Amino acid sequence: MPLWLFGFLAALSIVSALGVILQANPVHSLLALVMTLLAVAVLFIGLGAVTLGFIQAIVYAGAIMILFLFVIWLLNLQAEAGIAGGRLARRFFGAIAAAALMGELFAILSRAPSGGNLEAPAGYGSIHNLAMLLFSDYLVAFEVTSLLLLAAVVGSIALARRPAGARDGAVAPPRAAGSR
Amino acid sequence: MVPTGYYMALSAALFAIGVAGVVLRRNVIVMFMSIELMLNAVNLAFVALGRGFGTADGQVIVFFVITVAAAEAAVGLAIMLAIFRSRETINADELNLMRW
Repeated sequence: MPLWLFGFLAALSIVSALGVILQANPVHSLLALVMTLLAVAVLFIGLGAVTLGFIQAIVYAGAIMILFLFVIWLLNLQAEAGIAGGRLARRFFGAIAAAALMGELFAILSRAPSGGNLEAPAGYGSIHNLAMLLFSDYLVAFEVTSLLLLAAVVGSIALARRPAGARDGAVAPPRAAGSR
Repeated sequence: MVPTGYYMALSAALFAIGVAGVVLRRNVIVMFMSIELMLNAVNLAFVALGRGFGTADGQVIVFFVITVAAAEAAVGLAIMLAIFRSRETINADELNLMRW
């Protein structure tokens, strides 16, 4: 991947990541997050991890984000307060803490060993290579993951189900504005 | 070619933005999205370091992270639905049932 393309994708992902936390409307936050995920997917492909990039675009940006969108629509949250909520002191210290964390991460990661291999080996991110690893060394983890997904399906149905005897209407009417 | 360190810097920046989102926002769904952002930043670091060391293990870990994120999103959003049904809000400041 040429450096200018990396620079463009990095700027795009950072701007859209800022959009996630700065947009007042959750739907706009979500669309910014999809943009970030797609930019990172292209970065994956540029790193040689082609299969993973497409999985990221299809599963993450496609399926998981649609799940978020459905819940936002279901709960009718399109008009929520943005970052303005909360006390000033907490926002101030939150921003300071995040900036300090970023500085810390830069300081630590700049000293971390990075291997120094700039070219991906042949067949590095191919499905074949990934599957050989997934179904040999990581077979147990793979099977445990399938159990986890099953548990998640059953658990989310159990959690989101209406309790027995509940009325078959929509969610309860919103409270009066003054009671918030 | 782009050095691995650049990817690590981008990953650190995305992670810090995610932390800022969790700390600054009070809407639980947006906090959740910020967590996804942090997971994604770590995924980027995994893939970049995997290339740096010439091993595909980093990609396999990212594969698992995506799977776990899917499970986490399903369960978390179901919890949010249940909370919204009983409390009519998903503002983290108003959900103080377990606060002593």
